[in-house]
Amino acid sequence: MSDTAGKRDPVIRIDNLTKTYTRGGQPIPVLMDINLEVEHAEFVSLMGPSGSGKSTLLNLIAGIDQPSSGTIKINGVDIATLDESELADWRAANVGFIFQFYNLMPVLTAFENVELPLLLTNLSRRERKHHVEACLAMVKLSDRMDHYPNELSGGQQQRVAIARALVTDPTLIVADEPTGDLDRATGEEVLKLMDELHRDLGKTIVMVTHDPKAASRASRMIHLEKGVLVSDPGSSGH
Amino acid sequence: MFLFKLLLKNAFRHKLRTMLTMVGLIVAISAFGLLRTVVDAWYAGADGTSNTRLITRSAIAVGSPLPLYYADRIKKVDGVTGVTWVNWFGGIYIDRRNFFARFAVDGNSYFAMYPEYILSEEEKSAFMADRQGAIVGRKLAQRFGWKVGDTIPLSGTVYPGNWNFNIRGIYHAADARTDESLMMMHWSLLAESVRKRLGNAMASQVGIYMVNIKDPGRASAISQEIDALFRNSVAETRTETEKAFQLGIVSMSEAILMAVRAVSFVVILIIMAVMANTMTMTARERLAEYATLKALGFSPAFVVKLLFGESLMIAAIGGAIGIAATFPLALGFLHQTNDIFKVFEVSQTTMIYQGIAALVVGLISAAWPAWKMSNIDIVQGLRHVA
Repeated sequence: MSDTAGKRDPVIRIDNLTKTYTRGGQPIPVLMDINLEVEHAEFVSLMGPSGSGKSTLLNLIAGIDQPSSGTIKINGVDIATLDESELADWRAANVGFIFQFYNLMPVLTAFENVELPLLLTNLSRRERKHHVEACLAMVKLSDRMDHYPNELSGGQQQRVAIARALVTDPTLIVADEPTGDLDRATGEEVLKLMDELHRDLGKTIVMVTHDPKAASRASRMIHLEKGVLVSDPGSSGH
Repeated sequence: MFLFKLLLKNAFRHKLRTMLTMVGLIVAISAFGLLRTVVDAWYAGADGTSNTRLITRSAIAVGSPLPLYYADRIKKVDGVTGVTWVNWFGGIYIDRRNFFARFAVDGNSYFAMYPEYILSEEEKSAFMADRQGAIVGRKLAQRFGWKVGDTIPLSGTVYPGNWNFNIRGIYHAADARTDESLMMMHWSLLAESVRKRLGNAMASQVGIYMVNIKDPGRASAISQEIDALFRNSVAETRTETEKAFQLGIVSMSEAILMAVRAVSFVVILIIMAVMANTMTMTARERLAEYATLKALGFSPAFVVKLLFGESLMIAAIGGAIGIAATFPLALGFLHQTNDIFKVFEVSQTTMIYQGIAALVVGLISAAWPAWKMSNIDIVQGLRHVA
């Protein structure tokens, strides 16, 4: 991170990004010439109709998919150049994931699920316990840490997933339809929590959503259509 | 520790499925052990042989008799330290199903040559003093509840008539490989009965000779020398080591043994297919979980460890219970087959093979799903949940 001009480098800097899938020998472009910057502590929502490429863009930013061309720099690291093993290590240290269906391990308790990403760090058992308890307290689930996912409601499971995303204190939190499987009231609670993460902890969040109300929680809304950015109020045109 | 905990929880996530797979594994491993024990039992006679003993039998067939006077000529061969002989008595004890081996022996020379049959001096003397005396093995006595002094009625088959033998001693084996289910009676008693019915010439016939030698290294040379003595006679001989003789008898049922061996491996192949199917189903169901783990930064090797670990854990538990279950199964099998096997014990080698079989089943069953899951595309895997 440099601060030479009094302004921090963007957390995410995407240049000329394209992604093309091949189906039945036919190339299908999903993202075309995407240029995007996301600043530190920004809460960005990616919106667009189905097939617009918003989830693909999120996957590329999270380092779980590889671009066809272009660069994706996260905190200055061009993740498109990392191999699978380096990318796994990078994700473990830099990205917190929030999925639509929570993706918790059903055989692990809430505590163990949150602890999972910390097993890839060098923290001691005691330090891990401290971190996990703090994160579960943040999502107000201290009293449910010994419960298994099937003993929790959808909203509580998503809060556990949020705690898991937070526990390594990542650079970036990516959320793919975090309220997609929740009723309106519960979804509202989850969004409120994400809002707090952004506002109080200064987390950079990129969220994909269909829901305009959910998207309105973000500080910046980006629209994609047919693989092209059609509206980005924060675009600097770099 | 965390990995082990996760393996354990994963292994018993679908309790019924895991239990059924384990039951299959227990049945397969114990059946494999039992079948191997049957094969071992077949070869037990050969394993328990001495390398200082030769068998001289008719060159025509094992059942063809040899003249008794051969004994003196064999004794004179350089390197021979003793000669004894036996005749197969046959006979039926109450019912044909009560089968056990019965031999007419020359008491003094026979027990001198077979020190592995342990008898007290009193028992030996009592046997020698009673023309109708008999010596039985410990297992045989146990099987029929006999004790010293009991009379064993036998209905003759090779030697016609009704025979009564008095138990004068019960021998114990010096080691586990020695047969404890034999019955021996006096050869002289049988010879006398034959003499009465068929005359002197027929009475002086023996089934096989056992020849003790000083130097096992000369077994082949002495065998050739003995056979040369009787070449071009009316009863040519064939001499071989005791082990070769026993293996020759076993080889008559080699095809059956091959089939038993083949079945034992087929059983393992079947359980391998069943378990591979279980592991594949398991992996497919957890596709999204493995994708999530990879997304969180866990390496493909971690996913491989999870699948191999789970498979090996099920195989280890099932294998261990299967090995333990082999013992009562073998015991039950032995009783059901009326103790026809002289030595029927689950050997250490069999247990090692069972352990290896369980390990191989565990490894191979997880190989394909582990490879597949470690290479899953994270994005595709995460979509699986939806």
